[in-house]
Amino acid sequence: MESREQQEWERRRRMRSIAIALALAALAIIFFIATVVWLGGDVAKRRM
Amino acid sequence: MAELGVDTRTLERAPLAPHWAGASVGDFIDLMKPRVMSLVVFTALTGMLLAPPGQHPALAAIALICIAVGAGAAGALNMWYDADIDALMQRTAARPIPRGRVAPDEALAFGVVLAVGSVAVLGLLVNWVAGALLALTIAFYLFVYTMWLKRRTPQNIVIGGAAGAFPPMIGWAAMTGTVSLEGVVLFLIVFLWTPPHFWALALYRARDYERAGVPMLPVVAGGDATRRQIVIYAALLVPLALAPALMGFAGPGYAMAAIGLGAVFLALALQVWRLREGREADRAARQLFGFSILYLFGLFAALLAERSLALWFA
Repeated sequence: MESREQQEWERRRRMRSIAIALALAALAIIFFIATVVWLGGDVAKRRM
Repeated sequence: MAELGVDTRTLERAPLAPHWAGASVGDFIDLMKPRVMSLVVFTALTGMLLAPPGQHPALAAIALICIAVGAGAAGALNMWYDADIDALMQRTAARPIPRGRVAPDEALAFGVVLAVGSVAVLGLLVNWVAGALLALTIAFYLFVYTMWLKRRTPQNIVIGGAAGAFPPMIGWAAMTGTVSLEGVVLFLIVFLWTPPHFWALALYRARDYERAGVPMLPVVAGGDATRRQIVIYAALLVPLALAPALMGFAGPGYAMAAIGLGAVFLALALQVWRLREGREADRAARQLFGFSILYLFGLFAALLAERSLALWFA
């Protein structure tokens, strides 16, 4: 019984970790997309 | 507790840290009040689509995500503060904190991180007018409604309802960087809709609220006064819902939907006013509560559909 609870606890912790990782990845993607939108196209060819 | 349908064994176990540490992802999603969130997203999306075009679609999508997360943050912070009374009410006893699935500190941290994050991202990536409105909405819901009004006055949801009325305005602001009269009209529709919606619920949940010490109108002023107020608010709401058509930012399709839905809303409000005793009274209140959700959804769906068609054929 104890080990089953422990397994369930570890499973839930793993799922929480995955959810946090996905949320952080989504945040990174959001910032990337917003940066591209704000800067516009042909960024590399712009004058410094 | 047993008669409330609460699992008392779970409540007794609640203070144990390992149980709290085992909160699932679903528990955190529940903290965000997903059903409320979906209505917030829907009304905000309508505000966005009604606004003059110009915003980049990617930034509009980011704004919508931020509004959804901000609404979730407000829900989590509300559940953190109200955990004590949630445990006493049948409707809310199964929420993650009263059931001991999420620790109050975890819920607070979760809510604060989401609130700060959603406002910061919306402000930085979209615009600060929308960011400030989202911050105001979360703060209003937490400090004004949850902490100040909810346990003190029967007017709690009248004033506190403003928090739920902001999303269409935030949506508009996200697209334009300004607040407009159209956004204010959408705000007023949700604002006037909130009291009859919650008072219908409170009529058949009055004992629940009484047990928890929440001074909802039926508890403090009684059923008759509440029914009178429901009819007054319905009578103000139904003509106001025609304002988008009269002001020109909605068309005849919306006007017809607003008239049809409004007629049913008024009829159900009058039925609540007329049937005051026994199961019939309860059933009438439940019908109004259920239809009120459909009513708001229908109004905004009509706005959304009409605008989408106009943009499609433009």
